[in-house]
Amino acid sequence: MKVLRDLFRDYRFTISFIVLVFIAIMAFLSFFSPYDPTLWNVVPRDMKPAAEYVLGTDSNGQDIFWQATFAVRNSLIISLISGLVSRVIAILVGMIAGYKGGNVDRVLMFIGDSLLVIPLFLIFVMLAMMLREVMNLVTLGLMLALFGWAWDARLIRSMVLSLRERDFTTTAILSGTGTLKLVLKEYMPFTMPLIFSTLINNMSWAIGLEITLAIIGLANLNIPTLGTMLNWALFYQSILLGRWWWILTPVVLSLLMFIALYWLSVSISEYLDPRTRIQRVGA
Amino acid sequence: MSEEKQVVLRTDHLKSFYVLDMQGTRKIVKAVNDVTLEIYEDEIYGIAGESGCGKTTLLKTLFNEIVPPQRLIDGKLYYRINSEEVDVTTLSAEEKRRLRMEYISYIPQGSMSVFNPVIKIKGTYEDFIGSHVDGKNREEIFRIARERILELGLPKNVLDVYPHQLSGGMRQRVTIALAASLDPRIMIGDEPTTALDVVVQRGVIQMLKDIQKKLKNTIIMVTHDMGVHANVADRIGIMYAGKIVEEAPTETIFEEPRHPYTQFLINSLPKFGDKSTRESVPGSPPSLADLPTGCPFHPRCPHVKDICRQQMPETTQLDKNHKVACWLVEEA
Amino acid sequence: MDKLLEANELIKRYSQGNVISRAVLTAVDNVSFYIKPAEIFTLAGESGCGKTTTAKMILGFEDITDGELYHNGKLQSPHEKAWLTEGVQAIFQDPFSTFNPMRRVDSYFHETVQNFKLAKTKKDTIDWIDQKLRLVGLTYHDVAGKYPSEFSGGQLQRISIARALLTDPQLIIADEPVSMVDASLRMSIVNLFKKLRDELGVSILYITHDLATAYYVSDRIAIMFRGKIVEMGTVEQVLMNPRHPYSKLLRDSIPQADPKLRWSDTVTLAELEHEEYMRQGCRFAGRCPLVMDVCKTVVPPDIAIDDVLVKCHLYTEEAEA
Repeated sequence: MKVLRDLFRDYRFTISFIVLVFIAIMAFLSFFSPYDPTLWNVVPRDMKPAAEYVLGTDSNGQDIFWQATFAVRNSLIISLISGLVSRVIAILVGMIAGYKGGNVDRVLMFIGDSLLVIPLFLIFVMLAMMLREVMNLVTLGLMLALFGWAWDARLIRSMVLSLRERDFTTTAILSGTGTLKLVLKEYMPFTMPLIFSTLINNMSWAIGLEITLAIIGLANLNIPTLGTMLNWALFYQSILLGRWWWILTPVVLSLLMFIALYWLSVSISEYLDPRTRIQRVGA
Repeated sequence: MSEEKQVVLRTDHLKSFYVLDMQGTRKIVKAVNDVTLEIYEDEIYGIAGESGCGKTTLLKTLFNEIVPPQRLIDGKLYYRINSEEVDVTTLSAEEKRRLRMEYISYIPQGSMSVFNPVIKIKGTYEDFIGSHVDGKNREEIFRIARERILELGLPKNVLDVYPHQLSGGMRQRVTIALAASLDPRIMIGDEPTTALDVVVQRGVIQMLKDIQKKLKNTIIMVTHDMGVHANVADRIGIMYAGKIVEEAPTETIFEEPRHPYTQFLINSLPKFGDKSTRESVPGSPPSLADLPTGCPFHPRCPHVKDICRQQMPETTQLDKNHKVACWLVEEA
Repeated sequence: MDKLLEANELIKRYSQGNVISRAVLTAVDNVSFYIKPAEIFTLAGESGCGKTTTAKMILGFEDITDGELYHNGKLQSPHEKAWLTEGVQAIFQDPFSTFNPMRRVDSYFHETVQNFKLAKTKKDTIDWIDQKLRLVGLTYHDVAGKYPSEFSGGQLQRISIARALLTDPQLIIADEPVSMVDASLRMSIVNLFKKLRDELGVSILYITHDLATAYYVSDRIAIMFRGKIVEMGTVEQVLMNPRHPYSKLLRDSIPQADPKLRWSDTVTLAELEHEEYMRQGCRFAGRCPLVMDVCKTVVPPDIAIDDVLVKCHLYTEEAEA
């Protein structure tokens, strides 16, 4: 609780927290949607925002507000899958490479570094084309997860490398503690803050990539996400035709999400960094 | 101490605290708590104390470098500049900066952090000296630096190498030579030999003494190692929980310590040829954020009396050079 | 003679560099010594002399390049962990990093008791822990539920010793155990070593650069220089009458807490450490005040004089006579 109170002292944390709560409520509302998001022409087309259709309707005959609730939910699911799965990979790779060292470390870090240097975007385009048939939220999330762990695994590895040299590691070994227990009990608490802040970063990275892939048409356009909404809006040239409510809804929502996640991560990592924390709580 | 010796640095009831705001609760760390010192020209003054007794903070305060969260709460700090006593706490940042290196210089404990690892030693010299020597060109700066380095018996090519090429002891000696290069009147050393091996430490101490002899200036040196103090210091101040509890010439401190804490410190030191049992001071040092009432040493003191728990004793002048803050002495 | 631990010609080599240029550094070079039961044996020397590497090899945290280790006359195989099989425990230099700041201190005690199956019930466990803590002047109550930050350095070092005592070790390896403890509390740790030796019969390998406490506490001492033991014997013989020029230098360089014993002469400092390791012949020849021609080419043999082992050419004739 103390931690939360301190965090809320930062206006960036407070704002981003409120925005994320708002977005979470929106995603939750999708369960009460009166319409099936995959069906077209359930409402009149191209209506301006009004009392009946809060954010208007689109050229597919779908209600934009309810469509947006699904889009937010699905984008969050993708980013959560990507974030959580890549965290698991990053922790495993980072801990094993850091603790074992030697050739295991070299091989794992070679794979990681390769992922860092190759242009990932091209790979995603290629993979998305190959996986077209089975593309859904889970496959997209997993695909992003498989390529989004390398940098964070490196961070965790370097942390474990320095923890391994601390005397308390030896104390634990001399107390008869096994390797697995040692890593989980002694090292995990130190890496938790790092894991948490990289999770947020990875999530916003995943949302961004999903939007990019959807705009160039490499996502399953039947599943509403922030990216596919944008794709449809662009496809029907909503800007040209002055249907601003259609294009603006996903743009504003994704902007809000990016800024909120970014501020959240900055604020938390500043809080976790002892040097900046002193500045913040003030002298 | 001869009468003629001038006071070069004087503090008057100096108080410098760290004021921290931790999770909403205010925490005050009383690191320098009412310290009155007179340090003379041409002497090595040793400050002895354990970790967490405030000795590094005292040094920073004496160096007139107080950065938040540290704050000067009360008291005055005077330097004698051109035979005039100046209250340096009121100087502007620019005036403070001018005094550094030229009037007062600082020798840190870890010499690696002084030198930029990617430029040669002479680059660091140029940065440090160049900002203080107006209107002199590079050649002049290097001439000064080379002279000092040769005077101190260091190899002359040290200016042309990178910091990592020097051994720890050599690096520390180069740091000291750098601190001495503008003939400062006061040099302040914070555990300058602690991280070094004993043989190297001996070389560095030798060099510090050489510098002091050559420049006839003042060296204020903090270390927890009483052996080092016995070897270099002319006078020693014993610091405990932010206060100077005893001050005397080195011989007096070692032969007739009067404060119980000093007595413990001296008597607990093992000596060659004497295997008789030595005892530690009972208990643990207090936290500077949560000091006991009265004399801060009273919870560990074997001679504790009621008054010790209530009131901090005044500093008693035993003779011209020997000062003690203890009720045992006050009442005797 | 009973030997609790015997090191026989231990060698540790590190190779640096890559496939094309390799440099081999011998950090520990033919080190032999033994420790008797209920004895405090000091390994003294400056940083980089190989004393910590030797300790790590005994504990099994460093591989032994060559040589043998015997525990109670039994050869230790490289895969055996000394702390599991031979009752060897260790304490470290920095009491603040000995325990994980995020874990309660008593959890280490419970875990050790559990891992080594030292007690069955919860009550037995606590009794066992309490008994060991009382040996260092603390109780279970003092430690239970507390984090390392709640103790002073001296207390933590005593807790660390109590943890090492849990498994009833025969040998405790103490690597610079007092160099980071406050001066006023230092002797309480050193006195504890004496107590453990005299009352429990525990042997201690005391690794230090502080010859004054080494003299105070230990029975025998070995002075190491650049990977080699240059002098070994009882502390009285080695420290009160050092024979090897390096032992003399080291002994004289300890700042004595007595203003009457200030240094009067000057010292020559080492060239680069690395060069001394690479030196042929005696590694101290570069700054030895009594250097002879033979020192620069021939490695001096171990010479025994009055039960003291000295590695110096100065005493070759004495040994022959």
